[in-house]
Amino acid sequence: MSTPVSMSAKDTRQASWLKLFAILASWYFLYWGNDKIWNWLLFSALPLDESSKVGESVRFFFYDSIKILLLLVGITFVVTMLRSFITIERTRAFLGGKRQGVGNLMAASAGVVTPFCSCSAVPVFVGFLSSGVPIGVTLSFLIASPLINEIAIGLLFTMFGFKIALIYLFSGLTIAIIAGMVLGKMKVERWVEPFVYANKMNSQTEFASPHYTLRDRMNMGAEESLAILKKIWMYLFIGIAIGAIIHGWAPTQFFADYAGPDNPFAVLIAVMVGIPLYSNAAGVMPIVQALYDKGLPMGTLLAFMMAVVALSLPEIILLRRVLRPKLLATYVGIVGAGIIFVGYLFNAILN
Amino acid sequence: MEIKVLGPGCKNCVTLDRIAHEVVRELGISATFEKVEDYAAIASYGVMSTPALVVNGNVVLSGRVPTPRHLKEILESI
Repeated sequence: MSTPVSMSAKDTRQASWLKLFAILASWYFLYWGNDKIWNWLLFSALPLDESSKVGESVRFFFYDSIKILLLLVGITFVVTMLRSFITIERTRAFLGGKRQGVGNLMAASAGVVTPFCSCSAVPVFVGFLSSGVPIGVTLSFLIASPLINEIAIGLLFTMFGFKIALIYLFSGLTIAIIAGMVLGKMKVERWVEPFVYANKMNSQTEFASPHYTLRDRMNMGAEESLAILKKIWMYLFIGIAIGAIIHGWAPTQFFADYAGPDNPFAVLIAVMVGIPLYSNAAGVMPIVQALYDKGLPMGTLLAFMMAVVALSLPEIILLRRVLRPKLLATYVGIVGAGIIFVGYLFNAILN
Repeated sequence: MEIKVLGPGCKNCVTLDRIAHEVVRELGISATFEKVEDYAAIASYGVMSTPALVVNGNVVLSGRVPTPRHLKEILESI
C-alpha cells in the first residue's frame, strides 16, 4: 500500500472506526423509527383508516418497502465487510483433496460464507474440478451458495424469529450436503462437458493476497450494497406490491383451499410455482410474509422461498455450459426433492 | 504492456475494460488490449471470480471492479 505508515495512518484508522460506528448507529435509528413514522404519517397526518383494506395495504407497502430496503442494505454492507477476509481461491485450497462426506459438509458451509456471485458459477465449477476438488463436494458448494442466502436469514430472523431462521439455515445446509453426496455417488463426472476436465489448470495459482484497510472494506461494503440495490429494486417492489395486494384483498379462504395445511399437495404446488419464478430472497420475502398472515404453514413457505432462490431458470441455463442435460436434470430433481421434503417435514413438526 | 480482461461478458467485465482503457490513457502507457471471454481460457489463468485483469501474463486482480485510483496504483507498480 502506498499510504505512509505514520501518525496519519493511525488517525485514518480511528476516523474509519468512528465512521463505521456512525453508519451503524444511523442505520439502527432509521430501522427503529420506521413503523412510527408511517403510522403517524398515514393515520394521523393523512385521513387514512387504520383498519380499512386500503389503509392496511398502503401501510404494508410503505413500511415493508423501507424495512426490507434497510435490511437489504445493512446486511449486505456488514456481510461484504466480513467476507472481504475470505476469497474463493482460499476456499478452493481448503476444499482440495477433501473426501466425500466431511468434504460435503465443509463445502456447504463454505458456500454460505464465501463471496460468490452466481455469474461466476461456471468458472468456479471449472476451477474447483480441475484442481482436484471432487465433483460431489463442488456441487455441495454450488447448491449451498444460492440456497442459503444471508439476506434471507436476516429477513426471516426479523419477521419470524430466531427459530425459523435457524431451521432455514440447517435444512438448507442438509439439502446441499446430501444432494452433493448423492450426486457424487452417482459418478456424474461422465455427464460433465469434456472441456472442463481437459483444462490443465495451475491450481497453485496464488494471487498476491490483497491487503485491505478498514476503509477499503467499508468501501467494498458500500459498493456492494449499492450494486445489489440497483440489481434487485424492481423485484423488490414487485414482491412488495404483490404482498400488499395479498395482504389487503386476497380472501383467506382461497389460500386455505389451495395451499393450506389441509391440502396434501400444497408443498408440491409451492415448489412448482417457485422454480420458474425469478426473484431473490429480498423480493420473495414480502410475499412469504403476506401468505403467512393468510394462514399458510411455515414448511410450505420455506419450500416456496427455497425453490425461488435456489433453482432459477437463468442459473440453470448458465450451468448448462458445463453440465450435460442429464446431470442438469438430476441436479434440479435432487435439489427439488430435498426442498419438498423439508417443506413436508416442517409442516409436520411446526404444527 | 499487454493487458487482458477476463470475463464472460457480464456487466462488471465491460466496466473493468472501460476503466482499464481510461487509466492506461491517463497514464500515457502504450498497451495492447485483449478480451478473454471463453470459460476454458479464463480458467486456464486460475481465475475463478470474474472480472479479472491479466497484465503481461500475470493475474493482478480478480473478483471485483477496482476504482480507477486503485487500478492506477497497480499499473504504476508494474
